[in-house]
This record gives sequence, C-alpha cells and structure tokens, in this order.
Amino acid sequence: MIVLAFETSCDETSVALVRDGQVLASVVSSQVKMHAEYGGVVPELAAREHLRNLLPVANSAFELAGVTARDVDVVAATQGPGLPNALMVGLKAAEAFAFAVGKPFFGINHHEAHLYSPWITGSPAHAEFERFEPNVSLIVSGGHTMLVDVQSELQHRVLGSTMDDAAGECFDKTGKLLGLAYPAGPIIDRLAEQGNPSAFQFPRPLRNEDNHDFSFSGLKTSVRYFIRDHPGLADDAQQLRDLCASVQAAIVDVLVTKTVRAAKKLGVRCVTASGGVTCNRSLRRELESACRRAHLTLRLADAALCTDNAAMVGILAERKMKLNAALTEVDAEIVPNWSLA
Amino acid sequence: MATFTSHSPAETEALGEAWGREALRGLVIALSGDLGAGKTALVRGLARGLGYNGRVHSPTFTLVNTYEGGRLTLFHLDLYRLETPEHIHSAGVEEYLRPEGVAVIEWAERLVERGTKSLLRKVNFEIVDEQTRRISYEDSRA
Repeated sequence: MIVLAFETSCDETSVALVRDGQVLASVVSSQVKMHAEYGGVVPELAAREHLRNLLPVANSAFELAGVTARDVDVVAATQGPGLPNALMVGLKAAEAFAFAVGKPFFGINHHEAHLYSPWITGSPAHAEFERFEPNVSLIVSGGHTMLVDVQSELQHRVLGSTMDDAAGECFDKTGKLLGLAYPAGPIIDRLAEQGNPSAFQFPRPLRNEDNHDFSFSGLKTSVRYFIRDHPGLADDAQQLRDLCASVQAAIVDVLVTKTVRAAKKLGVRCVTASGGVTCNRSLRRELESACRRAHLTLRLADAALCTDNAAMVGILAERKMKLNAALTEVDAEIVPNWSLA
Repeated sequence: MATFTSHSPAETEALGEAWGREALRGLVIALSGDLGAGKTALVRGLARGLGYNGRVHSPTFTLVNTYEGGRLTLFHLDLYRLETPEHIHSAGVEEYLRPEGVAVIEWAERLVERGTKSLLRKVNFEIVDEQTRRISYEDSRA
C-alpha cells in the first residue's frame, strides 16, 4: 500500500510517500533547493509560501521515492489544528488528488500524527507498530505542550496541556529577551551545553501540582525580570551560557517530572516524546535518565521527525487504513481548532 | 483615552471580561506592550466575557486561535513572529480586520494600518512594576 501525505499546518510545507510502514520519501520545504523561478529564498513563515512550495516539494518526494502518481493507493493530509490558510493549501491539494485518482482519503489530526512519530525509526525509516505498547506521550513544540495517554493504537486521551505558552515558545521568547536570533531554541541548547544549569534559580511552574497541565508564561516573565535586575549580565559570554542553561533546566525539569509522573500514575511502562523541542539535547538526556530510573522504556522521535513532517501523517493514515478507520470525505473542510480528544 | 491601572493578572483579566460582555460584532482590539505585560491575561478575560469556557492559550506559533461557542466568535491573533509587513500580508491575517465576531490582536503595532471598517480599540500596556500595569485604551472608527 502506497500513501501520499501532505502536511502544511504551520511553517513547513511537507510531502511524504509511505509504503507498508516504510518512509520512501519525506520532503520538507526548508530542505528543498527551489529553482530560481520559485524565488530562491523561501521564507519559512506564511500561508502563501505553502502554495508556492507544494508542487516542487511533492515532485521532489515522488522523485526520491521512485513512484508515480498512479502508484498511490491512499491519500492523507493534516486537517487540523493549525493556521487556517496554511492548512487549506495541503488539505485541498490532497483532496483534489484523491478525487482525481479515485482513492481513499484521510484528514489527519496533526497531534495524533505526532503520537506515532516516535515509533518511526531506523534507516530507511519505518514504523515499528509490532513493538507498540501503551504509553504516555509528550508532544512539545513551539505551539503545543501536552501529555497524552495512548492506550492502544488509535486510542488515546489528552491528560493535560499548556494553560498559556508552549515550552518552545518559552525558549524562543527567552532568546528574544537575550537578543538571540530566531528561532532561539537551538541556540539556547548550544549555549547551555557549556553553562551551569544551577547558576541561577528559575521557577518550575506547576511541577509539583497534582495535574498534567503546564504553564510557561510566568517563567518567561521571571526571565524578563531577571534580565532587568542584572543589566549587562548577558553581555558576559559565560554568564549568558549559565543563564541559558538555568532557564533550560527549569523548562526541562517541569517537562520531565510531569511526563514521568503521568506514566507512573497511569501504570504504563513506556514514554514517548515528539515535537520540535524534543530535538533539545538536555531534554533528551534528562528524559533518558529519568525513564531509566523509573524503569520506563523511552522512545524519542528521531531528530528529522521531531519537527513537522508529512511522514508521520502518512504512517498514521496507512495504519488507519489497515485498522479500517473511517475515511474522510474529499470535500471535508479544515478544522483549525481540532483538539485531540 | 482611558487609563486603567491593574494590580494583578486577575484584575487585567477582569477588565477583559467586562469588555467581552459588552463587545459588539466587528470589534477589533489591538494590543501593544512588552513580553509579560499581561496581553494574554486580557484575552483570557475577553473570552470569558464573551461566554467562551475553554482554554485560552498563546497563538504565537499558530498565529490565529479561534474560540467558538460564546456569544460571538473570538479570533485571537499574535503577530509576534511576523516581523515585516510582507510577512503579515503573506500570512493572510488582514482578513481578520473585519471579523465575523471579535478579533483581538497581540503585537498589533506590527500591523500597518490600512483602515478597517470595524470599530478599533487600541490598547497599550505599560509595565509599572512587577505586579502593576498601566493599561490605556482608545476607540476609533477608521
């Protein structure tokens, strides 16, 4: 079975081809060298860029996968949540394709796709659903921070999510306050590697609350006051590294503590994590050691699949097809606020 | 120009809630002010005042959150990531300037004014100290 999948929920235009659990190709716009006729520079933001990127990205995916449009058996696209105009581009293109070739179509929830990306592994990348076990899944990115109880394949329930800012947003806004470039998450990660995470104390919002929710807005504000009260501190290279390490430690501590606690509380033996912030090295390390201490199996999404990508959309659609999940009409509309059940 | 002094996030939220209760269709609220000034707290109150009971979270990455189910739909925009007029135009957020409901826009100073037919309330947040915020606002019909 060959699945063609589109993902345009936020900044990245991505198209993937999946066959029998294997990712044949997963192309993301920022990786594609556009021809001059497409403008060369591709700003990562903006809905209209998706329209410009979609066909070259799709063509590149078909070329890499070595299949043609006629080979496609199932079509899928992210239907929500996301920016309305951006979602529209991928969803309508996918629906039109499915209609034209007369193949089944799945509108996919972006978060649900993230839940299964940690099961895609290896080179060439393939889904290891035969090893699936019930788990608590952390989805953590610039736009989202949530914990999900994944009871069985396609069966899940959201345990909690952020009440204000996402963890990735806290990284980026901290970077902004420090005058770092955007997106600041990877820069903070790099600076923090040589910093002392205990140099400065920052709050760990909701860490000890008996719930599965997060809140990072107050942490961001406390970084703001810290910088105001320590003028010039960030101009010192080592102090800046210490500050980055300390803020990062606060974010990571909350994420790791609450994730492991949720897994223990639910009695599952597996933890998974995905989303852009899962690329953060400290988060990966701390999750690994906390899960080892708690005797939990940890599955982290591969770096290439942490951020938004169509491969996870295609993998989930194929699974849905195999498990006889309900198809989506080819005239279905986008669902920008589609929250995971 | 009216000024409201808030002594806590709860007071900022209460101001938003009062606005939400009396908001008319087409109202656009443009928020300016530093990180941590309380813009999201005001939006949370606004949503509650409009009768929306769900969670209000930051739209920095998604650009637009839509809260439906209250008396009027609330569109919550954040232009933080859109640094140039080209970005804003290209992201297609201008259509929210004539909302089928109420629109509230964070980092609205980034928006190049092109004249909205809607009632526009410009709001500026000023941080006085850790808890205190001076919130000034003015209505205009462009």
